[in-house]
Amino acid sequence: MSGSKMGIRNLSLYYHDMQALKDINFDIAEHSISALIGPSGCGKTTFLRTLNRMNDLIDGVRIEGCVELDGRDIYAPDVDVVSLRKSVGMVFQRPNPFPMSIYDNVAYGPRVHGIKKKTRLDEIVEASLRAAALWKEVRDRLFTPATGLSGGQQQRVCIARLLAVEPEVVLMDEPTSALDPISTMKIEELIRELKHRYTIVIVTHNMQQAARVSDITAFFLNGEMVEAGGTEFIFTKPGDQRTEDYITGRFG
Amino acid sequence: MATRQAFDRALAEVQRDILRMGALVEQSVYESVQALTNQDSVLAAQVIINDERVDEFFREIEDKCIELIATQQPMAKDLRVVVTGIKILMNLERMSDYAVDIAQATMCLIGESFDDPAMAEIPRMGKIAQRMLKEALDAYVEGDVEKARAMCALDDQVDYIFDHLFRQFTASMQKKPAFVPQGAYLLYVIRYLERIADHATNVGEAVIYLVTGERRELN
Repeated sequence: MSGSKMGIRNLSLYYHDMQALKDINFDIAEHSISALIGPSGCGKTTFLRTLNRMNDLIDGVRIEGCVELDGRDIYAPDVDVVSLRKSVGMVFQRPNPFPMSIYDNVAYGPRVHGIKKKTRLDEIVEASLRAAALWKEVRDRLFTPATGLSGGQQQRVCIARLLAVEPEVVLMDEPTSALDPISTMKIEELIRELKHRYTIVIVTHNMQQAARVSDITAFFLNGEMVEAGGTEFIFTKPGDQRTEDYITGRFG
Repeated sequence: MATRQAFDRALAEVQRDILRMGALVEQSVYESVQALTNQDSVLAAQVIINDERVDEFFREIEDKCIELIATQQPMAKDLRVVVTGIKILMNLERMSDYAVDIAQATMCLIGESFDDPAMAEIPRMGKIAQRMLKEALDAYVEGDVEKARAMCALDDQVDYIFDHLFRQFTASMQKKPAFVPQGAYLLYVIRYLERIADHATNVGEAVIYLVTGERRELN
């Protein structure tokens, strides 16, 4: 793994007076898969959303510290947030394909960024659907509605849509929790493939998934990042008793 | 309410079963050496029969451990408990096999006169090996790393006696060719006792791994 793709330094986040994230420090290496785990309300999704400034959309949110992408603070006043969200894209828990054809879903981003030439769009759509391991399944019905696909396929359309704008970092917020086991396995396989070209950060409440898929696992509790390290260590010999209690399923 | 109570009970059951199996193996090691020094063929036969119960324990407990891995997805210390359990089982099973080997050698030596003064060392070697097993099992149940380490240090004593007896018996065989058949079996016996002690050390290392998550070579 190469150097730090994203660096989080002394990050705290407040919803009005409530501190939701407490002094987080974390490095995300390029071409790595980092899994964020922890109980409900621990701050892992809030943290994920700071990585592409999705929290800007919420009233009363205040950030301290910084989040760096390739060494530059994404919260600096001159940052173009739209461009940021192109470089750092997000996949959500419930697949949310647009109410249009598969082709138009994937071509949407490139079109918005000014690409008009059909042959170029065709190339991008095919490449993105291939990268999302969906091309073979949909190549003969590209112009049918994306909403007609199964849940797992819809999620892969959303991934293809994201890849079409050539992100550097892919954020995933519980991407398989709404899917059946087979779709989940396919998406996990896809995540492992994607890491060769992208850097991935995934929030999951499924610990076995974090263990299967990630290189680095970070455990969150009450807004704190308690511990982060190589996944094989976190799941065999964690340093902190709170981490051990969580991953062995022992609380109360 | 504490979570995973059924799992905790299952883990505790595995540990209890291992201790019961360990007690059987300890008894076999002790009896195999007794049978040899007293030339007791009945006791030797008993050791051989007890091994079947040890093998049965091994299969049952190993099956339980595999089932726990499949159905409970143990992590961190729980995972180490299950994996270490399997390691300890394998070492106990080998120790029982060596006790059987000693009993079989005893059967072949019934009627021989044990004149060689070095023979007196064999029960001492057996006692140390047996003590090592007992302390390894105590360390396991108590999660006591220091006890495991101290027990492993006893292996040096066993190795020392082994070297000494090896030299004694081979010297005796050179001096008195008539002693060779008996001497050959006795060399096997001390080798089996030395292996029992090594396996006890493996159990000690497994206990250290269980408690600390770290591997230590203490042989």
